Amino acid sequence: MNEMTKRPPHPRALPEQSEWTFELIEQAHEEIKRVAQGFGLDTYPNQLEIITAEQMMDAYTSVGMPVSYNHWSFGKHFLSTEKGYKRGQMGLAYEIVINSNPCIAYLMEENSLTMQALVIAHAAYGHNSFFKGNYLFRTWTDAEAIVDYMVFAKNYIAECEQRHGIDAVELLIDSCHAIQNYGVDRYKRPAKLSLAQEQARQKEREAYLQSQLNELWRTLPKRPEEEAVAQAPARFPPEPEENLLYFIEKYAPLLEPWQRELVRIVRKISQYFYPQRQTQVMNEGWATFWHYTILNQLYDEGVIGNGFMMEFLKSHTNVVYQPPVHSPYYNGINPYALGFAMMTDIRRICENPTAEDREWFPDIAGSDWKQTLQFAMRNFKDESFIAQYLSPRLIREFHFFAVLDDDRNEKLSVSAIHDEMGYRYVRQQLADQYNLGNREPNIQVWSVNTRDDRALTLRHTQFNRRPLNQQAHEVLKHVARLWGFDVHLDTVSPEGKLISTLECKREKRGRLA
Amino acid sequence: MSYLIDRRLQGKNKSAVNRERFLRRYKGQIKDAVGRAIKGRSITDIENGEKVSIPVKDVNEPSFGHAHGGVWEVVNPGNQEYQKGDQIARPKGGGGSGRGKAGNSDQTSEDDFIFELSREEFMNYFFEDLELPNLVKTQLTATTDFKSQRAGYTVSGTPSNIHVLRSLRGALGRRIAVGGPSRKALAEAELELETLLLADVPLDDFRVVELKKKIHHLHTRLLAIPYIDPFDLRYSNRIKIPKPMTQAVMFCIMDVSGSMDEGRKDTAKRFFILLYLFLKRVYDKIEVVFIRHHTAAAEVDEHEFFHSRESGGTVVSSALNLLNKVIDERYGAGQWNSYVAQASDGDNWDNDSVLCRQLLVNTIMPKVQYYTYVEITDGPPQNLWEQYAQVPDLHQHFAMQKIVTPADIYPVFRELFKKQPK
Repeated sequence: MNEMTKRPPHPRALPEQSEWTFELIEQAHEEIKRVAQGFGLDTYPNQLEIITAEQMMDAYTSVGMPVSYNHWSFGKHFLSTEKGYKRGQMGLAYEIVINSNPCIAYLMEENSLTMQALVIAHAAYGHNSFFKGNYLFRTWTDAEAIVDYMVFAKNYIAECEQRHGIDAVELLIDSCHAIQNYGVDRYKRPAKLSLAQEQARQKEREAYLQSQLNELWRTLPKRPEEEAVAQAPARFPPEPEENLLYFIEKYAPLLEPWQRELVRIVRKISQYFYPQRQTQVMNEGWATFWHYTILNQLYDEGVIGNGFMMEFLKSHTNVVYQPPVHSPYYNGINPYALGFAMMTDIRRICENPTAEDREWFPDIAGSDWKQTLQFAMRNFKDESFIAQYLSPRLIREFHFFAVLDDDRNEKLSVSAIHDEMGYRYVRQQLADQYNLGNREPNIQVWSVNTRDDRALTLRHTQFNRRPLNQQAHEVLKHVARLWGFDVHLDTVSPEGKLISTLECKREKRGRLA
Repeated sequence: MSYLIDRRLQGKNKSAVNRERFLRRYKGQIKDAVGRAIKGRSITDIENGEKVSIPVKDVNEPSFGHAHGGVWEVVNPGNQEYQKGDQIARPKGGGGSGRGKAGNSDQTSEDDFIFELSREEFMNYFFEDLELPNLVKTQLTATTDFKSQRAGYTVSGTPSNIHVLRSLRGALGRRIAVGGPSRKALAEAELELETLLLADVPLDDFRVVELKKKIHHLHTRLLAIPYIDPFDLRYSNRIKIPKPMTQAVMFCIMDVSGSMDEGRKDTAKRFFILLYLFLKRVYDKIEVVFIRHHTAAAEVDEHEFFHSRESGGTVVSSALNLLNKVIDERYGAGQWNSYVAQASDGDNWDNDSVLCRQLLVNTIMPKVQYYTYVEITDGPPQNLWEQYAQVPDLHQHFAMQKIVTPADIYPVFRELFKKQPK
């Protein structure tokens, strides 16, 4: 400590004070930007916005977007956040950052200067460079267009509420939200569209979709020559469809054009957040690694002082704390802790590899750490990132162990621990744990009865014999509301053997009310 | 390029719409919760916001997920003692150590969804229940003390209020002002005449004659200015200003005889709450005194007032006697504005009702600002009602109404506190 305090003052040193001013934020930002660019972080331009705690709650509860359509569920989240915050049970998120170009990062007015610097480094350079670099975000999201799209969605939905009433819109959105996790194309990339194009296209879609439906549900008898061709009842859809919302948008018989557009809006937004759901560990780890690295660099240069550093380290330590499984505070694996540890570990493997590292990571041991980290950030998602980079050393540090819970056995059994025998097994298990395909039930559109009652059959292919939750029946009601006719949900074994079936009868075959 | 933008002054309350949507959707449940909250909270505390809870199953947004069962293999941090192959007893009730929580979405706790209603929101629900259109429109008309205070002078008033000095001073001023030009002309004429006379001009010279005529004329004019004119009169002005009575006491008197069941007590409570809110808008400081009675009366705290199960026959006069005693002892006239709200099902011991009327008319009414009596009953009026009905003839600040259902509370309240002709 003595040695630290003796350093000569840096000419651009930030003052040791906790109150921020606009000038000081600008100054801190300039320094952070300089260091971040020196490390080779490639970002969208930054837009830093100072907001109040209340505005932070607003943003926090409407899917973290600067604009969003209105819905009661956002109000519900707001109320519970507000309650927690007002009673001091929880702090607010320090920051929210939006994957847009320019990248918008919110700084809360209550934060101290140190926290503002931490947030700038974390969000404006960490998350921002992740959004710009990671392949999932590059493929699935369009930072240029998202804010415009949200504006379009908000206006369109408000217009629908005026024309069709708040209740009708609310019910429909409820139903869409219930299956929004099943509104993702995993293999098709969405086209980039501007707001104007989006609006023009929307009109075309209305007309086109309606015309397609007539073909599918047509009741007029076919001409004899057509009849001959359509002899064998064609399966519909020809292939199972994993994107439930897309299927409904396209084929639900009774939806009105505006209702299809609403389904589409929920689907588009859901798709936008799909990469975030798959890169939580990486994204937070990356941002945390960079705020830590950048601020340490600034400290080494003397731009920030001891008091600043102490406050920063306190916050940082809180963020990356991982309570052990037997702790009352244990709530699963902390993505900040795991992600930060892995990023730091990769740098270590590059800079100071041990014999074990050379054996496990021959490609990266001793390589340039900046390039290696950039490569890891760009080309993986949580699942593959863990499978690729989790080192035995970290497995030991975290004391990871795998527990097998098979309901056919009377007891749980420890299937692997942090030892020589267990490293690969634990690593693979942990990676699988982040596989969205395992986490969420695999449910796809299986078939539609095009000849008779128009019933829709969904198929749940069981994974590890795991049953569906109690809410499944409620969700099915929502699907039936959208589809307009009966809906069945078959649960089958991986071999395709029917295990059980859920059914939701659409009693009133009227239009969606 | 980067920007630093101050957004603090714009876009506040973006969630207000969503919040309102939420309240709208759960109106029924929230109303129930507010109803429960009113029962559980004290009268003086009613104006704060309220923590409201509604069952979580109602606000749950369902989604597909896995439940327990089948095979789960979960990696956890923090192994302390386990070795590969160790068998662990299944934790009871799911969750806990060794058990993965990921994906077990059915395991969300079943606590109610709790949130805060703001004061305004709470009041809206509260009053909605009472079918309250607009509380602010009603105005307190009960007698308020005024004190008379001098406030300068006015030009009109009664002769007894004429302010002599001020009036004469005004008259003098007027005379000076009005006589000024004449007086000046007179002085000039007199000077001229004197000059002529000194120059031995004969007395019959036409100039002397003219001047003398003019002087006489001017004298006459000056004398013609009235000594006092109605215009000069000034009256002392006294205005009445309300005496700053910033404190009030509200007496809640409730009959707790056997026939006052929970429902009736609840109705009474709502009535008292309304009265309290109403007075709260007029007075800075307000105290509440609770008096309960069956055959005997006692001053109690709020909890006992509404929840004590003790009961018996009914002697209303016991409460009135106690009321009188408490006013005399602690809320002496002149210091406090006293309001009384009495709630009863109207059933009283026969001979006592007459006594009650006499007590009211002779002793209590002169000491209080306003006295309201509500009879919570669906039956015909009882003897107490009949006796009380004679009070308004003698004391206008007495009012009584009947409440049958909770929905009557607000109309009755309005009726009791409506603006009365002076």
